[in-house]
Amino acid sequence: MSASWVVVGAVAAGGVLFFTLGMLANRLLRPSAPNPEKLTTYESGVDPVGRGWSQTQVRYYLYAFLYVVFAVDAVYLFPWAVVLAELGWVGVIEMGIFLGILAVGLLHAWRRGALRWTP
Amino acid sequence: MTPLLSVPVAADFVAPTVDYVAVLPMLIVFGAAIVAVLVEAFAPRASRFSIQVGVALVGLIAALGAVGKLIVDGTRVETAGIPAADGTLAASIVIDGPAIFLQGTILALSILAVLTMTERSTDGGAFTPQASAVPGSPGEGAARRVGLVQSEVFPLMLFSVGGMLMFPASNDLLTMFVALEVFSLPLYLLCGLARRRRLLSQEASLKYFLLGAFSSAFFLYGAALLYGFAESVRLADIAAAITGTGRPAVVGQDGLLLLGIALLAVGLLFKVGAAPFHIWTPDVYQGAPTPVTGFMAACTKVAAFGAMLRVVYVALPGARWDFMPALWGVAILTMVVGSVIAIVQTDVKRMLAYSSIAHAGFLMTGVLAIDKIGISGVLFYLFVYGFTTIGAFALVSLVRDAGEDGVGGEATHLSQWAGLGKRHPMAAGAFTLFLLAMAGIPLTSGFMGKYAVFSAAVSNGAWVLALIGVLASAVAAFFYVRVIVLMYFSEPSGSASVVATPGVGTLFAILLSVVVTIVLGIAPTVLFGPAEAASLFLP
Repeated sequence: MSASWVVVGAVAAGGVLFFTLGMLANRLLRPSAPNPEKLTTYESGVDPVGRGWSQTQVRYYLYAFLYVVFAVDAVYLFPWAVVLAELGWVGVIEMGIFLGILAVGLLHAWRRGALRWTP
Repeated sequence: MTPLLSVPVAADFVAPTVDYVAVLPMLIVFGAAIVAVLVEAFAPRASRFSIQVGVALVGLIAALGAVGKLIVDGTRVETAGIPAADGTLAASIVIDGPAIFLQGTILALSILAVLTMTERSTDGGAFTPQASAVPGSPGEGAARRVGLVQSEVFPLMLFSVGGMLMFPASNDLLTMFVALEVFSLPLYLLCGLARRRRLLSQEASLKYFLLGAFSSAFFLYGAALLYGFAESVRLADIAAAITGTGRPAVVGQDGLLLLGIALLAVGLLFKVGAAPFHIWTPDVYQGAPTPVTGFMAACTKVAAFGAMLRVVYVALPGARWDFMPALWGVAILTMVVGSVIAIVQTDVKRMLAYSSIAHAGFLMTGVLAIDKIGISGVLFYLFVYGFTTIGAFALVSLVRDAGEDGVGGEATHLSQWAGLGKRHPMAAGAFTLFLLAMAGIPLTSGFMGKYAVFSAAVSNGAWVLALIGVLASAVAAFFYVRVIVLMYFSEPSGSASVVATPGVGTLFAILLSVVVTIVLGIAPTVLFGPAEAASLFLP
């Protein structure tokens, strides 16, 4: 077994070596043309606005969060639909319980006003 | 070339059978959590807090009752067993002796934790009136004046308890990962809800979340590599693949196995707070609301050590000579780091955090015994340590600044504890008892716990670990005794502190912790028997 530790070490060393050599070769081969433009943040070609540390509107976060409810629905509904014939009514009821639990989350979000865009 | 979509999915699909009695404790807790979410959405604001407390307590006590039923039917579970081939929920959950013992422990401790969380007589409770209000903003002040209260604490806590129940009972690595996330995510939130020193609390929450997410990724990657090794995430299959008796004849894949074990261990060691993965512990313990800290310190440790026991004893016994040296190193480092760094702490919550790191090291000596008495020792230790911790943190939440307008925030600086013994003999006496138990002084439960794990280590040849453990305990005893000396033999200096009059919940939690600490110190066999009977993992 101790030989396999050598393999682990060799893989780690190989990784470090690969990175170092790659960066070194890159540095040796590339032309050097410094330009302040190159140091700015790259944002899909659009000039960046504001600083790196800026606050995001928390409402987007809420929507991303609610999206998870539906994403989880979908993830489990598809494999369930494939085997539904074998599960029979028990399967339908179980999925109903599962969707009900997720709906509770949505219900909570709605009651707490998370679905209103304007406060 | 086989077309990708022709894999026969429906043909070999077998609907899992569920032993509902065995998973009833988890179902009850999750059900109560969902009810609590609905209460949060629909109950009127005035009565919401008390309804939430009721739902949480009823749910947890009912779940404890269900565990009690499993214990009474113990023979069914332990001897007849749930065969690994078609166990509960397609063998993703196994309810064996250790699982039942740990679930009972977690439920009992979380009932006490809920009771400490209900405390509102001191300073309006430990939790912020409105978590979304910016600290120090007018909105926060308005929320406090109106008397809002963040009763989401209870559903979050129930989800967390549900995950903890699942964690040591999971029989495959994926279920274990799901349980890990289910109990961790609510904890991250709970940490950020402190009423006082909110920035510190939010910092703790963020740190815990980032590091916890990172460690979860380690765990998942380790699980993936072990799947690559054994072609199964089932613990028993991994064990079979290691010994070479599994379905796939694995040859020359030891690299996958070793890396998988290493990454999995990082994930688990982070959760138990073992060095060098302990960095988050003091900050999070200090920043979190004190009742949450108690809950986290006690219950997370129980759940995480339960899962670690199961992984080490069920999945990896065949590879023990590969990972044992590394875990030995971790155990030694954890004991030494926890005990030594605790000496220089000036904040009582940070001191208890480092003490919990040291205890993680002591517990690991029991895990590394790789023996049945090692398991029973760890189970016993977790039980007694949990009660001591909940009691200690409940007391910490009572010691307050003596502000000009009555009771202020928590007085966690050690200098404020000076002379507490004269002014508040009851509180100081109880805290002394908890400290003595943590130090492992005879006639307290902590001594019996330490004796159990160290003797297990010695009888399995790990006397070096036990020796270092005893030495670390001696070092640790120094800072525990220092606090006792401070409370009884020092004159108060600096800002004054008072002990707030506890509410019924906190008082009950402290008293029960005191009783458990004393009774299990004098008559440890009361619990040693059950722990020994429970110490057999089903594959």
